[in-house]
Amino acid sequence: MSVFETFLNWKVFADSLPLLLMGLRITVGLGVAAILLGAVGGLLLALLRLYGPAPVRFLTITYINVFRAIPLLVLLIVIYYALPFVGLRLTSFTSATLALSLVSAAYSAEILPAGIEGVPRGQAEAARALGLSKSRQMTDVILPQAIKLVIPPLTSNAINVLKDTSLASVVAMPDLLKQATQAEALAANPTPLIGAALIYILLLLPFVSLVGLAEVRLARRTR
Amino acid sequence: MAPIIELRAVDKSYGAFKALKAIDLCVEAGEVVVVIGPSGSGKSTLIRCINQIEAHDSGTIRVNGLDAGRPDQLTRIRTEAGMVFQNFNLFPHMSCLRNVALAPVRVRGLTWAEANERARKLLARVGLAEQADKFPNQLSGGQQQRVGIARALAMEPKVLLFDEPTSALDPEMVGEVLDVIQQLARTGVTLIIVTHEMGFARRVANRVVFMDAGRVVEVGPPNLLFDAPQDPRLRTFLNSILST
Repeated sequence: MSVFETFLNWKVFADSLPLLLMGLRITVGLGVAAILLGAVGGLLLALLRLYGPAPVRFLTITYINVFRAIPLLVLLIVIYYALPFVGLRLTSFTSATLALSLVSAAYSAEILPAGIEGVPRGQAEAARALGLSKSRQMTDVILPQAIKLVIPPLTSNAINVLKDTSLASVVAMPDLLKQATQAEALAANPTPLIGAALIYILLLLPFVSLVGLAEVRLARRTR
Repeated sequence: MAPIIELRAVDKSYGAFKALKAIDLCVEAGEVVVVIGPSGSGKSTLIRCINQIEAHDSGTIRVNGLDAGRPDQLTRIRTEAGMVFQNFNLFPHMSCLRNVALAPVRVRGLTWAEANERARKLLARVGLAEQADKFPNQLSGGQQQRVGIARALAMEPKVLLFDEPTSALDPEMVGEVLDVIQQLARTGVTLIIVTHEMGFARRVANRVVFMDAGRVVEVGPPNLLFDAPQDPRLRTFLNSILST
């Protein structure tokens, strides 16, 4: 068998494509859910970390550090295989969403304060001088500017979350990678794996280049 | 009638640095008070304590009878005392119109339609009717500062605090901003202006306050203060300014 027949077998690819696309839908669904939940959780953590009372700040920082330290695969396996022993049985989708969101929230919570602190102090002063309430100062003035500053690092984080969805295949999640490995077994040919790799790349490449562009632009502006 | 602004024995430190030392100052409604002094003399800190952008350490500050030391009166004080900043501090993610209309909606409870109408009138009053829908970074420094003035006016404050409103401007734009402030001086709103523009101070001030090293050193009408300064520190300051 030639290299082409082995790795880029068109017939095998065409046969496995419907499966791969089903997997892609689950991968994207899982990724989007985890990114959104992680963003909301990250925002809450960031605000607690910046403005909470001292014990809350300490707890928040502990959370952030712990969930940045734990390997995602380990967390996922703990949630999926260990929690049932205490009566908490989660589906593979819920487990994967939970694990990805918990970790993504920790990373977002690390990124967002940098954005909030990057907004010039005069902005908060002007908002205060106008008599805006604390929450209005945040929602009307600080956050819209902070978010602009953190879009590149948040996008990087979102890319990582989307990539890490592939770990969910170990908890029997029928995502893109899982479908590819199954199709590979079925066809006794690795082409579906190559196909899955290409789909991951096609999915993420635009975002990766966008982040690159945005970072160049930010660097130019701050120079 | 009680003064609209009253400071009694106000102290303020940044760490070991005493920015304000036992400040006593009263400003009557409708007065135009210009605060001058060398940099680091505490003039900016003084007006930033009036609306509590900086909290003072001790003493009393009253604005229109409201106690600035009481957190529950803070929002009312800030609606009574508008502020114009050295660096404009316009909100860069909003149009000029929105910059001006925001606080009337959020704090005074106007509808957007009412606030936008008020904002358009105010922008017209500072000569920027055409720029209402532009963003701050599309305007010159002088135009931005005039938007800043319109934003402060939109709350219909009794007092306007100007923190070196022309210090960040190119020289050719200073005039347009001072003109707007001078027009305001005629409308009866109380103005407290920290500035280095001595000619302007002489033209608009009812009283000039000279500060040095955290103290109010001399207070008086501009002709007396500029033409017959009593304190040697004021004489030194005026000489240093005139010789540059």
